[in-house]
Amino acid sequence: MSTPAPATARPLAVGRVARTGRLRAYAPWLAAAVVLVALPHVIRTPVAVPIMNQMGIAIVFALSYNMLLGQGGMLSFGHAVYFGLGGFIAAHALNLAGRDGLYLPVPLVPLVGGLGGLLCAVVFGSFSTMRAGTVFAMISLGVGELMAASSLIFDRFFGGEEGITTNRAKAPLLFGLSFTRDGEVYYLIAFWVLVAAAAMHAFSRTPIGRMANAVRDNPERAEFIGYSQRSVRYVSFCAAGLFAGVGGGLFAVNYEILTAENMGLTASGAVLLMAYIGGVGTFMGPVIGAVVFTFLQSMLSDYTGIWLLYLGVLFLATVLFVPTGLAGFLLLHAPAWRTRRLAGLIGPYLAAAAVALVAAAGVVGLLEMVHFVASAETTRVTKRLFWVSVAPRTLTPWLGFAALAVAGGLGLRWAAPRAAAAFAEANRPEPGR
Amino acid sequence: MTPAIELVDVHKAFGATPIIRGVNLAIEPGTRQALIGPNGAGKSTLFNLVTGKYPVSSGRIRLRGEDITGRRPYEINRRGLSRSFQVTNIFPRLSVFENVRCGVLWSLGYRYSFWHRADNAREVQARTEAVLEQLNLTGRRHVPAGVLSYAEQRALEIGITIAGGSDIVLLDEPTSGMSRSETEHVVQLIRQVTAGKTLLMVEHDMGVVFDLADRIAVLVYGEVIAHDAPERIRANPAVQEAYLGLPQGVA
Repeated sequence: MSTPAPATARPLAVGRVARTGRLRAYAPWLAAAVVLVALPHVIRTPVAVPIMNQMGIAIVFALSYNMLLGQGGMLSFGHAVYFGLGGFIAAHALNLAGRDGLYLPVPLVPLVGGLGGLLCAVVFGSFSTMRAGTVFAMISLGVGELMAASSLIFDRFFGGEEGITTNRAKAPLLFGLSFTRDGEVYYLIAFWVLVAAAAMHAFSRTPIGRMANAVRDNPERAEFIGYSQRSVRYVSFCAAGLFAGVGGGLFAVNYEILTAENMGLTASGAVLLMAYIGGVGTFMGPVIGAVVFTFLQSMLSDYTGIWLLYLGVLFLATVLFVPTGLAGFLLLHAPAWRTRRLAGLIGPYLAAAAVALVAAAGVVGLLEMVHFVASAETTRVTKRLFWVSVAPRTLTPWLGFAALAVAGGLGLRWAAPRAAAAFAEANRPEPGR
Repeated sequence: MTPAIELVDVHKAFGATPIIRGVNLAIEPGTRQALIGPNGAGKSTLFNLVTGKYPVSSGRIRLRGEDITGRRPYEINRRGLSRSFQVTNIFPRLSVFENVRCGVLWSLGYRYSFWHRADNAREVQARTEAVLEQLNLTGRRHVPAGVLSYAEQRALEIGITIAGGSDIVLLDEPTSGMSRSETEHVVQLIRQVTAGKTLLMVEHDMGVVFDLADRIAVLVYGEVIAHDAPERIRANPAVQEAYLGLPQGVA
């Protein structure tokens, strides 16, 4: 939105504009690199590194998914197939490197995963991309089911129920790096996240990347300006498969195990949720979605057995109230930011957030007590909820949480229109202009 | 001279309903050819047959002597024929600039390239700028095409069509739904962008037709009943009969 006039518009200043333009283009990547290098030194808790590794893998996967959904308009329910197959191929390659002396150092394993993902996308994409829309979605489901069945049939390759394991410590070294510790793997993942993200961003700026958007918007028209919609989708699909495979390769390096679950429907669903929660309309959306999703997944699962339900609610709330995702929601505020009128939003937004938290606390309390009562653990009487001990088999906590939910809900009915009004106010054209 | 477009005994039926019933038509290169006829005569269907949107039921279609019957729209476009649509058919979420640029990319050889940066392709950018200038849309370049005014979208529709530099251009009712002054503007634009090219145009506004066309074909119930110079068409009794009441208005 805020791009300056392109160089071609001002021929006299081409050199200067091009240089500052290039600097502007590289600045976010440099910043991302600095953040990635600094993160493990800033966040020093021992659980952080494994979670950040998981986030990195999720970022690559979610970005590759958005090449289909956001950029190309292809709703896939089977993208984990390319992630998983890339991972399996990478794991087998890593095993060959260990046992049979194939020279494949660990840092190159994600590349093998990428090539594996690409190969599978070349094969499955050839018929998946014949049609767009519902037909594409159906075929992606079919391919997902096909691979789930294949994992049981070809159990030498997929390792049956246990999956296959690998050991990165046995691979040959590159520059003497062994990648035996989590911290070292973190930098390997960070490197590949940056490379893959930059490559995917670059792809979106190429002629085929631009035409992917055009075909998404209006496939028919694209055919009348020389492009086969099917070929455009196919190229995007293969690129998405390649980067999903890179993600799978990173997974193989990080966890040293792959099972059929990694390419199953649940994994495909998870990446759809990540991309959508973050926002499919912007490049950064899936990155945000992957980070939030992974964070909630690893944090919530420590505290509650029904964390999947909360993720589902988050997804529903996104679809219903913020269809542009978190990134889209933030971008909505760009005009107000530029006119320096964001300050007027803070009060109403805080009020709305506070009552929303109250409502959420009430609903969470009720859900957790339902879960407690309905699950088979009958020996315990009390449950810790929000740092207090409650007894779900008595009436009082039910009334208490119900009251919170109702009060929060009523508060939202008061606060939400005010927040919306403040937003409208901040975006009203300035009287002077 | 080989005709730019040649239709030989073209038939098209949807189910049991014949829409195009044996059309023979040859369009000379470099002429501005109008296709007129009452509603339901099959003008748009004929466009869709020539541009490969629908397959013909029988007959042949040739482009500069080459048989293109049964070809896909993109194959026909790559041979130098492009078209606009009666109902605006643009890329609504892309910027005006991007819309035009999409029309440029293939013709300048960028095809399915993933090893070029679109913004760095000098000749693509220059050609896009030139088309925007012709359309008078330079100031609207960053606006998503979906929020343009109707007249602007119609202009963009023509812009995407001519951006690839095809020398055979088909325009489907380019002035439909426009005010007098907007129509005049579009006629100017068409005159300008189709100079030296072959133009085939469906149009209801007889003022525009007689203003622009070198030759006029009249399509009635799926058949060409006349194909001639404008003044001879005006005097043709069969055409007058098909256009009950209209010839007086035209004359």
